[in-house]
Amino acid sequence: MYWELELILFIFLLITAYIALEAEDLLISAVMLTVFSFITALLFTTMGAVDVGFTEAVVGAGVTGILLVVAIYQTTYKTED
Amino acid sequence: MTNKSSSPIVLYGTRFLSPYIMLFGFYVIFHGHYSPGGGFQGGTLLAVSLLLIRIASGTDLAQLQFKEYLTTPLAALGVVIYFGTGLTALIMGGYFLDYEELPIPGLEPAYLRYWGILIIELGIGLTVMTVLTLIYDNMVKGEDYA
Amino acid sequence: MIIAFTLVLLFAASDLPFRGDPDNQMNQEVSMTGTEVAGNYYIQEAYHDAHTPNIVTVILGDYRSVDTLGEQIVIFTAGLITFLLLRNRKEGEEDDE
Repeated sequence: MYWELELILFIFLLITAYIALEAEDLLISAVMLTVFSFITALLFTTMGAVDVGFTEAVVGAGVTGILLVVAIYQTTYKTED
Repeated sequence: MTNKSSSPIVLYGTRFLSPYIMLFGFYVIFHGHYSPGGGFQGGTLLAVSLLLIRIASGTDLAQLQFKEYLTTPLAALGVVIYFGTGLTALIMGGYFLDYEELPIPGLEPAYLRYWGILIIELGIGLTVMTVLTLIYDNMVKGEDYA
Repeated sequence: MIIAFTLVLLFAASDLPFRGDPDNQMNQEVSMTGTEVAGNYYIQEAYHDAHTPNIVTVILGDYRSVDTLGEQIVIFTAGLITFLLLRNRKEGEEDDE
């Protein structure tokens, strides 16, 4: 029904996933994974699964971002490869 | 991280924002019967409002809001609330987690199920909130941000 | 390698039914083996059983409550594991110093 919106969201999903894989700074990767989770939540909401989308938005875009940033502060910023 | 001069805008902004996130968390838990939401989502929102203060103003100042040694007993208390509800229904003559047998007087079985779901979601929310705060406290232990 | 895997995935996805199709096997009232699926009872009787309009809450909290208890114990165990692991590591480093 909303296939145009879903197409745009899938394109942004691929872009954020690629940036999160290829970024040199791990902080950029963490933020991009947060954006990835938020776009996934929007996709779930578009598909009609509001509860799953709400859980994904709260856990994936909220707590996981905080924990990833704390883990990066504890270790290092740079990737090895 | 290492510099102790945090911006007052961040401090007062998070202080302004945190109670509203906490209020929305309680709304999500208690309104989960009518709208999307429930124990997990509401507990995570409560944990986010606690973690926001802990990130912005440092762990020492955040101890005034929620003590660190309270996290593990409250998480265990959440599990005990859930399990005790089921066990109470089992003792009172029903199946395990069969809310119709809960000893609350003056309610018909459908409303007993209503209140039973609310009680177990409070338990879930308590456990999720304290466990996420516990994980953050253990990860930053020894170093203080902000 | 990646392109070949992408082609295999696209070929598999081209046979999937459309989402939300009422003729889909997932949305039927009778399963493939001829028995009635459990979703009928949940959709018809959820409000009558618990007076709760949100069917998802009733299924998670009432019909599948043992599953939710397991999820809660998993989260509690994860918290305890981080408590034990990270707490011991910090004390060990202080002993080394």
